[in-house]
Amino acid sequence: MKSAILQTATRYLLPILLLFSFFLLLRGHYYPGGGFVGGLVASIAFVLHSFANGTENTMKILRYKPLSLIPIGLATSAVSVTFPLLFGLPPMTGLWFEEPIPVIGMIGSALFFDIGVYLVVIGVVLTILFTIALND
Amino acid sequence: MLFTVLTGLITSSLLVPFGKFIKTKWSILLPFIPVILFLFYLWHVPVVANGTNIVQHLAWVPSLGINFDFRLDGLSLLFALLITGIGTGIFFYGRSYLKGHVYFDRFFAYLLLFMSAMLGVVLSNNILTLFIFWELTSISSFFLIGFNNDSKASRNSALMALSITGMGGFFLLAGLILTGNIAGTFVISELFAHHDQLIAHPLYPLIVGLICIGAFTKSAQFPFHFWLPGAMKAPTPVSAYLHSATMVKAGVYLLARFTPILGNTELWGITLMIVGGFTMIFAAVHSLFRTDLKGILAYSTVSALGILTFLLGVGTKDAIVAVSVFILVHALYKATLFMVTGIIDHETHTRDITKLKGLRKVMMPVFIASLLAALSSAGVPATFGFIGKDLIYEATLNFKENWAIWLTALAVLTNIGLVTAGFRAGIKPFAGKLPEEFRHVRLPYKSMWIPPMILAVLGILFGLFPGVVGAYFNHQTANAIAGGETDMHLQLWHGFNIVLTLSVATLAAGIALYFANNPTEEKLLALERFNVISSQHIFRRIGNGIEKVASWYTNTIHNGYLRSYHLKIILFAELLLGYKLWLGGPVRIDYANLTPLSWYEFGIAAILLGAMYLIVSTKSRLTAVVSTSVIGYCICLMFVFYSAPDLAMTQFTIDTLTTVLFVLVLYKLPPFINFTSRGVPIRDAIVALGFGVIISLIALRVLYEPNSTAISDFYGENAYLLAKGKNVVNVILVDFRGMDTMFETVVLSIAALGVYSLLKLRLKSSEKE
Repeated sequence: MKSAILQTATRYLLPILLLFSFFLLLRGHYYPGGGFVGGLVASIAFVLHSFANGTENTMKILRYKPLSLIPIGLATSAVSVTFPLLFGLPPMTGLWFEEPIPVIGMIGSALFFDIGVYLVVIGVVLTILFTIALND
Repeated sequence: MLFTVLTGLITSSLLVPFGKFIKTKWSILLPFIPVILFLFYLWHVPVVANGTNIVQHLAWVPSLGINFDFRLDGLSLLFALLITGIGTGIFFYGRSYLKGHVYFDRFFAYLLLFMSAMLGVVLSNNILTLFIFWELTSISSFFLIGFNNDSKASRNSALMALSITGMGGFFLLAGLILTGNIAGTFVISELFAHHDQLIAHPLYPLIVGLICIGAFTKSAQFPFHFWLPGAMKAPTPVSAYLHSATMVKAGVYLLARFTPILGNTELWGITLMIVGGFTMIFAAVHSLFRTDLKGILAYSTVSALGILTFLLGVGTKDAIVAVSVFILVHALYKATLFMVTGIIDHETHTRDITKLKGLRKVMMPVFIASLLAALSSAGVPATFGFIGKDLIYEATLNFKENWAIWLTALAVLTNIGLVTAGFRAGIKPFAGKLPEEFRHVRLPYKSMWIPPMILAVLGILFGLFPGVVGAYFNHQTANAIAGGETDMHLQLWHGFNIVLTLSVATLAAGIALYFANNPTEEKLLALERFNVISSQHIFRRIGNGIEKVASWYTNTIHNGYLRSYHLKIILFAELLLGYKLWLGGPVRIDYANLTPLSWYEFGIAAILLGAMYLIVSTKSRLTAVVSTSVIGYCICLMFVFYSAPDLAMTQFTIDTLTTVLFVLVLYKLPPFINFTSRGVPIRDAIVALGFGVIISLIALRVLYEPNSTAISDFYGENAYLLAKGKNVVNVILVDFRGMDTMFETVVLSIAALGVYSLLKLRLKSSEKE
């Protein structure tokens, strides 16, 4: 599917959608959003790009196999779950910085947990879709 | 004691990386593991002989009552000495027997695993740990029987042995758990105090049944005996070690261990007496018809195990003394005879006693060992076997008046069979004239004939000094089984009495039978005709039946068509939900309580219906998929109307991605052709409509349920206080139920890996067949 309009559009849509997905991820704790939806939106961004430019080109942008995002995401979540153990607290205890960081807002262990979910979702969706798309 | 169990386990796993190294001359290191362990236990003999029990405790899973509790009493010590002592011999022997074998390292890894597991069984003071080691022995036995894995017969025998002993393990576990729950403890030394409570409990017969099945399967008692002759497909060192001297005695050990806990009742005694008594005579008769050396030894082993079970059933102090001695007697002579058989097989490549003759001329030392073992097995005076047999007769003669004569007759008949079997296996191959074909046969390595020689000589030495042996090895064993003081009075000479008369008569009859009757192929074949009614045949037919049911189930229910799965899943859900709804009575609809429909809701309903009509009527897959996603988007809109933005967003993105996924897959399919008959769409329509109706009814009923908001109130109030979040849905996902989310992401990852590996897996053409 080669369409000049779609190819041009995705060139701008990809960064915007990724930014939007990150926005969804960060605001999740206070407003509708979160790691899961954010991850899905980010994957849609890449899927759209692959529709316009071919899956091979999208893989080039990604540089690494989407499969490798899965262990990174799982590790991020796992670290945020076990991190409180270092302070002698039970696992999954929410730890937060006292003051909000400008632009990002409050940062705590729950955010890192959500980032892990975000990465796993992108990894899972892209692995499944791209494996099927490239399979012949 | 923990270290004795761990040494073998650790070395066993070390043989994986160091397999190549151990195949070289450094394999000499291997036998020193059992040597050290043997010396360790030998060092404990004087302490234990004084009546001291050595206890070791190590917490493992204390919350479940599973701990590494070890306890060394007389019974454990006797078995530990047999395991490590005969193990020493077997390790030296096996090193030469399997010299240069491709799987030499693997063999010793299994053997070490087995040795550790078996030590674990006899040392455990906790019935659950005992069970774990018990299963480990079954597993290592499986690998050792199937050691020659390119032979189909070996693999079948291994599977048979594992299924029988594994099945027994299930029953045993159930019995052990019942025992532990009733007594309130899983520690063996504490269970002794609960004897009266256990035998008075209404579940007592069940416990006895379960534990007996576990022990009978392991110790090859009728009707589970047939796996043991099959297990002789294993290399001979394995047969000598596992399938005669140690592992098969685990069942006997278990029964002995449980005698002070569950014994001293009619049920216990009669069960063991009937099963053991039948097994011992049945197997003794069977052994007379075998022409294969290992077959003879296998059946005489089954018979000996029957004797031990039978004696435990008799249960008098005399019988228990006999058990403690006969375990040692049998282990010594049977391991020797097996090792001799292994030497004969190794050097002449046959085990057929109709062909083997005159081997004494080429392997004199082997013959001496074999002869001594055969004499001990026959119970010739001045051997340890003589004392063992005397004690058996003494036990049966001193039993209740009207039973004694029958039990004694049974024991005598069995022993006549064993005398003949022992002579056939131990003397026949060496007697007579040496045939031409065996002239080239040589004496094997020293390390192969010295271990059986030592065991055989011990069989004689123990017979000459029975008092010492009894005091150091058997007295405390008998005390441990009886749960009290026993009278250990081993003597070389009892004087002329009825026991001696019986002993001599047995010997004479056995020798007469040896000369009178020779097993031949024809007689064996005649016996095979009765196989139709044998338990082995019945078990195999049960196995085939299970296979048939499984294949029927797989082909009809689990047929691999997604549409068929969907139909069954939805139908099943309809039945369950429908039944539950029907129980709840008629569904009333309170129209006053429903909010009025707005014009945009009507609009969405119209779009939904249109999309549904398209799905059903279209001939293009793509149209159907796109229509499905239209339905999905409509539902998103519903979520938006009823203020669930989180759900709407997720549903929206998921729907988009699902459509993309569908298109990617459908793109590769051939054009759609309709093969289904007219009836199928109607059937599907009915099922689909039914499901829709049921779900709607449930939704309407929910309105009538009392509205409990305790949970949502809790989350609403605490989301910010406890988790510093204002979006309750997200807080639940990442904080309150974070562990769930964590594992859900793991599940997603597994799904992705599954798709990836399924599609990326490219079999080479050679692997496809």
